[in-house]
Amino acid sequence: MALTHDDIKASLNTKFGEQLASYDESYGMLCATIPAAKNLEVIQFLYNDEKMKFRFLTDLTAIHYPDRTQEELCVVYHLHNLQDNTRLRIKAYVPVAQPDIQSLTPVFKGADWLEREAYDFFGVNFLGHPNLIRIMNVEEMDYFPLRKEYPMEDPSRRDKDDEMFGRGGSQFY
Amino acid sequence: MADTKSHHIALGEDSLTQDTTTINLGPTHPATHGVFQNIMEIDGERVMRTTPTVGYIHRAFEKIAERRPFYQITTLTDRLNYCSSPINNIGWQLAVEKLLGIKTPKRVDYLRVIIMELARITDHLICNSVIGVDTGAFTGFLYVMQFREKVYEIYEEICGSRLTTNIGRFGGFERNFTETAWRKLDEFLKEWPKALDEFDRLMTRNRIFMDRCIGAGPLTAEQALNYSVAGPNLRAAGVDYDVRVASPYSSYEDFKFEIPVGTTGDVYDRYLVRMEEMRQSESLIRQSLEKLKDLDPSIYHADVPEYYLPEKKDVYTKMEALIYHFKIVMGEINIPEGEVYSCVEGANGELGFYIVSDGGRSPYRCHFRRPCFIYYQAYPEIVKGGLFSDAIITLSSMNLIAGELDA
Repeated sequence: MALTHDDIKASLNTKFGEQLASYDESYGMLCATIPAAKNLEVIQFLYNDEKMKFRFLTDLTAIHYPDRTQEELCVVYHLHNLQDNTRLRIKAYVPVAQPDIQSLTPVFKGADWLEREAYDFFGVNFLGHPNLIRIMNVEEMDYFPLRKEYPMEDPSRRDKDDEMFGRGGSQFY
Repeated sequence: MADTKSHHIALGEDSLTQDTTTINLGPTHPATHGVFQNIMEIDGERVMRTTPTVGYIHRAFEKIAERRPFYQITTLTDRLNYCSSPINNIGWQLAVEKLLGIKTPKRVDYLRVIIMELARITDHLICNSVIGVDTGAFTGFLYVMQFREKVYEIYEEICGSRLTTNIGRFGGFERNFTETAWRKLDEFLKEWPKALDEFDRLMTRNRIFMDRCIGAGPLTAEQALNYSVAGPNLRAAGVDYDVRVASPYSSYEDFKFEIPVGTTGDVYDRYLVRMEEMRQSESLIRQSLEKLKDLDPSIYHADVPEYYLPEKKDVYTKMEALIYHFKIVMGEINIPEGEVYSCVEGANGELGFYIVSDGGRSPYRCHFRRPCFIYYQAYPEIVKGGLFSDAIITLSSMNLIAGELDA
């Protein structure tokens, strides 16, 4: 029992070196930000290692941060060690101009549709995915709708401006 | 990037000369019980290959959620698994409460347990009776359906709506449970176990039902874990993972209940697991009622005026309530920055909410981990090589809800 956050950090540091990941903790969950080029290697290690045993892929999704140059797209993995009941979040940033990242399908079959979903909405290109096509949207679609450059609302509606949602420009009081 | 394919359904190269038959199961086939499609390659009665297509009722909830204040997203979650919307609602509220740091009183937790377990019962009873329908036993479905109606009446007493409930608020419920609600709940608890027993006698040891279900659509524990299957389908395969036990929320740690597990992960095991879960849910409701007796009956929400939308009558008569109402509706409440993953045991498994907040009034990004969407991927592997009729009951026993598939 009890795989602590320090254990996970120590284990990753011994295997991949100190400079691999930066860690932070948010609401009790450890988050490791790793270089996108190493995602498969790290997750494979976390899966195979007898102490880590992160063998359940809870969730896989992406986030678009248009302001982060060269790392606009963030791929977020949630892994779960069911035996010790420890969860781990892994993030890897890729540039929107060339959003390439290794697919997790060799480790988790369940990553298949989740990656297709992330591709469909964000355009993350999962290398080695067996069937990377759109899943929710029509195949003719030529853009990735969940990226931030596509506003959802009618642009003439003032009540849906960013400032109404506590972001950007002048605050609404 | 992958090539965008033509929107026509692509038949195989050899579709004219091949020995197998290609059939379309869905999108509006009576046996799919929802809008999704399977292109099946069958050889006589054997399923050689199946390609599921989803997305027919995709409503872009995650995009919409980026432009809705947190409290308005509750209504979007209704439409995920609409057979048990209160679990989605409360799951979302728990996720946001985690982000906001709201601690709910015990009474709220227990009331939520009652609602969530009622929802679990309605969801499972539909699933199990639909397995009956697909194996040719329509009667069971009609017997138990009236109890879903009774549960909906309880929801109606509590929140005013039936199917898409939008039940509760951040911090609790919008109003206390009425006398009528308690009476209806008592009636339900009196009548339901009898109906479940009757249903049990009708189905569980029925020779025809057993012959159809045992061995159909088996899923091993290894496969299930690798496909990230959760919920009753995972437990039927023999893995005792239940979020209510693994990471208790809403005071589930105060309750005594059992997690049924199966062995072979076939249709019959999935059916049995759901049957037992309905009994456990009923016991949870009874335990919850016991625990509520010692608690102040006037509490139905946490004391967090900055997040809890005040009662309408207070808004009209009290200054503070009016101010908070205005602040909440106009989005002047402080939402902390941060990232939260919170999950509940939905009727179909781990229902997760991943919220990325940048301090704005709506989430910067939110992602719903819909168990249905994830475990449906395993379907082609489960049915491959099996009988076509087994494929149909496998579909119903996995409890695929189109709303949850597509979000």
